Parts: sequence; structure tokens; C-alpha cells
Amino acid sequence: MWTWFFRLASPPYVYRSAAALTPWFMTVAAIAIACGLIGGLRLAPPDYQQGDAFRIIYVHVPSAYMSLFCYTTMAVAGAIGLIWRIKMAYALAAATAPVGASFTALALVTGSLWGKPMWGTYWAWDPRLTSELILLFLYAGVMSLRPAFEDPARGDRAAALLSIVGVVNVPIIHYSVQWWNSLHQGATIAKIGKSEMPGSMLWPLLTMLLGFMCFYGAVVCIRLRGEVLNRERRSAWVREAIKS
Amino acid sequence: MSVADTLAEGPEVSAVRAMALIVRRELRLSFRRPEQMLQPLVFFLIVTTLFPLGLSLQLSLLRDMAPGVLWVAALLSSLLSLDSLFKSDADDGTLDQLALSGQSLTAIVVAKTAAHWLVSGAALVLVSPLVGIALGIPVAIFPTMLGSLALGTLSLSWLGAIGAGLTVGLKRGNVLLSLIVLPLAMPLLIFGAGATDRAASGISSAGALYLLGSLCVFTCTLAPFATAAALRITLE
Amino acid sequence: MNFWAMGGYARFVWPCFGLAGLVLAWNVWSARRFHAAARVRVERALLMTDE
Repeated sequence: MWTWFFRLASPPYVYRSAAALTPWFMTVAAIAIACGLIGGLRLAPPDYQQGDAFRIIYVHVPSAYMSLFCYTTMAVAGAIGLIWRIKMAYALAAATAPVGASFTALALVTGSLWGKPMWGTYWAWDPRLTSELILLFLYAGVMSLRPAFEDPARGDRAAALLSIVGVVNVPIIHYSVQWWNSLHQGATIAKIGKSEMPGSMLWPLLTMLLGFMCFYGAVVCIRLRGEVLNRERRSAWVREAIKS
Repeated sequence: MSVADTLAEGPEVSAVRAMALIVRRELRLSFRRPEQMLQPLVFFLIVTTLFPLGLSLQLSLLRDMAPGVLWVAALLSSLLSLDSLFKSDADDGTLDQLALSGQSLTAIVVAKTAAHWLVSGAALVLVSPLVGIALGIPVAIFPTMLGSLALGTLSLSWLGAIGAGLTVGLKRGNVLLSLIVLPLAMPLLIFGAGATDRAASGISSAGALYLLGSLCVFTCTLAPFATAAALRITLE
Repeated sequence: MNFWAMGGYARFVWPCFGLAGLVLAWNVWSARRFHAAARVRVERALLMTDE
């Protein structure tokens, strides 16, 4: 039963699968994002209170969600690497980090641009904004630690440990709007039960979320191939693969 | 007989005795070089001075900012002293010997970190009334200030030990240490400064202090394991 | 033209979508560059050992 799990972890398999998956992820991402944009920018009615400014939600929420998703993925991959000593897990963590960091930065900036019309300020030191900013710093820490070691394997392990320590921040970001009086609004999408958003506004958001997820899949597959090549460049299968 | 020799006696040496030996050794080594103990303290005093100089505020306005200034200065000087937590032992090989001694690396980490806090964080807390007066913090809230600083510097020692373990032996390790530890320490800063701030405004600071206390317990119990894991990675 | 005005919030809405597009584009470009550089490294190593 575990054979499929460890087969998943074999570098040549990862290299080939990533190549095969990329176009599929990219296609679905492009379609979903296009539909989400049409739905969000055109079809969804303007908000009763915020007018058309609310449309920023269609990039802000997906990028914020992805920032958390990527960090969690990075931490889980690091944990898998440390526990089962699977090198490809470290490759996934390394591939995810810059993507997640870029989503975090995008979430912060789009949130800031949305904050001005909504709250009157570009920034507030409220719990959710502050902890999202801390997330960006955590990404920076992990991305700086990995290359600092001469032995790349050691760098992978150290970065994995650090990302696990920092993952505590993720639930803090998510629940901060429940635990503290926050300027930031509460949960936009209820996981169970009815959401507060009307359907015409909700479906483009879900579509954009799907699009961003698939986009992440595509990008991480491309990066993974680079990571695999870097880590396995001395092995025979890489030489064969590149020669052909 | 050196600590390493004692530990080399084997696993018959109980963990508690080993920890006590390590604490005693750390304290003795620190007092042999008093200037190394004083440097972070002086840094603390200097940084607190920078704020009033840079902002040229009257004492009454400074008072409002005082808890935050105090805490930021404490945070920065704690970071400075964290660098030395494992460095000298790593350089001369003692850390490797301790790791190989058969004693639990986590216990060794706990002992070293506790000793380190006694020398750096506790000293900071003792000096803080001076700084409090200089920044105009009312004497009545000194107990809250001291309490929050004690809990905060303690938490920071445990948390920072993880960063110290990850960066021991790296070139430019101290810059990386700060980059890694400061984001993790931000919640501490928020609650620690918040507790003193509330006390200064007359609101009950009990809630913030309890939170700070629970953060301290959280870090004290979990951080040593992470630090030991970090050392296992970096020392191999 | 009402569409581009975004009810008066155009200067907030369009930069957001523009930045999002830039971030997505950067991700693709950066990932491809990373992969290409890794390939070049392997090819170079291959050339050296084949000599």
C-alpha cells in the first residue's frame, strides 16, 4: 500500500508527472480565472454599501487564501520530508515558497487598496493585517535560511523545521477575526451552511479561487522540475532525460 | 572535572543532575567574562535613549510611547545576546560532546537556555525600572511592567533558542537569527507592550498578562524540542 | 464607459487587478527561468564529463 506513496516520491516520476500535469493545470486555471473575471467584474451586481469597490474581493480573497494554503503546504511538505526523509517533499517545499510569498504580498497590497475606500485608511495595525504581514516575514525567513547552508540537504531540513515552527501563525491569521475585535470583516465563505454572500457574487469568487489553485499547481509543477534537476543533477536518469 | 567528563560517565548521570551541572557551568563561564554580560544591558539602555533623542518628545508624550519603546529595546538586546547561546560551545566542540554524551539533547537545551535567560533576560528585567523612570512610566505600574518583561524575555529566550540552533555556525548567522526570530516574537511584543500599556492607561492588564503567561508556557514546553531538533540538523 | 469607471473607485479596483495579473505573470516567468537555469546546469555538467 505504501508503494504508491513512495513511488510518488521518486524523482523521475515527479519530473515526468510535473511535465504532464502543467498544461492541464494551466488550462483549467486560465478558463476559471477568465470566467471569474467576467463574473466578478461584469455580471455580479455592485455591492449595496461599497459599490464597485467590493470587486477587489475577486483578487484579494483568492490571493489571501493561497498565501495561507501555500505556507501550510510548505510546512506539511517539510514535515513529511523530516519524518519520512523524502527528498521530493523538500523539493515541493522549496518550489512553493516563492509562489506563496508573492500571493502574500499581493494579498497585502490589494487589501491595502481596498482598505482606503472601505475603511478610509491604506493600513491598520489590526490582528488580521498584522499577522498576514508577519506571514510575509516568515516566508522571507524560510527563503533566506535554506540557501545559507553549504550543504543543500541541511538547508532543506533547517528550512523545513523553521516553516513548521512558523505554521502556528496560520490559524492565528484565520481565526484572528473571531478572537479579536477586528476592522477586517469576518468569514466571507461559510464552509458549512449558507454563505452570507448572494449567489451571483459568490460563484465568481469560488471560480477565481479554483483558478488560483490550479495556477499554483501549474507554477509549482514548473518549479518542481527545476528543483528536481538541481537536486538530482548527478544521477544517471537526469543525464538520460536531458540528452534525449 | 569538566562538565563533559561528568556527562561522559554515561547515562547513569541523571538528567536533572546534568542540567544542574550545565546551568552552573554556564553561570560560571558568564561571570568570568562580566563585560559580555554587560554589553546587551548597555545596548538596552542605549536603544531606549535613541527614541527620545530621535523623536524629541516631552516627557508627557514619551510616557504614552514608553511601554512600546521599552519592549522593542528589550527585544533587540535579547536578540543580540541570543547569538552567543550556542556559538562558543559550537566553536570549540563542546556542543558536539554534549550532543554525543548520551544525555537528552532537549534537557541540555533547557539547561543552557535557562542559564542564558538568568544572565541576560533577568538582568534586563532588573535594569528596566531605571529605563522606566527615564521614559516617564509611572512607578505605580512598575509591577506590571516587570512582570510582563519577565514573562516576555523568558519566552523570547526559548523562542530565540530555536533560531540560535538553526543558525549556529552560519556566516552572517546573527542577521539571519534576527530575521527568523523577530516575526515569531511579534505576538509577544503585541501582548507584552499591550499589558504595560493598559496598566498605564488604568485599564486592567490582567487579561494581557494571562495571555503572555500562557504564551510563555507554550514556548517553554515546545521550543526546547524544536531547538534540539534544530541542533541535530546543524551539528551533524 | 461606466464599466471602466467602476462607480468612481477605478483608481483602487484596476490597480488591484493589474497587480494580480503582474504577480501571476511573474510567477510563470520566474518558474520557467528557474527550470531553464537548472537545465543549463545539467547540460553544462554533461558536457564537462563527456569531454
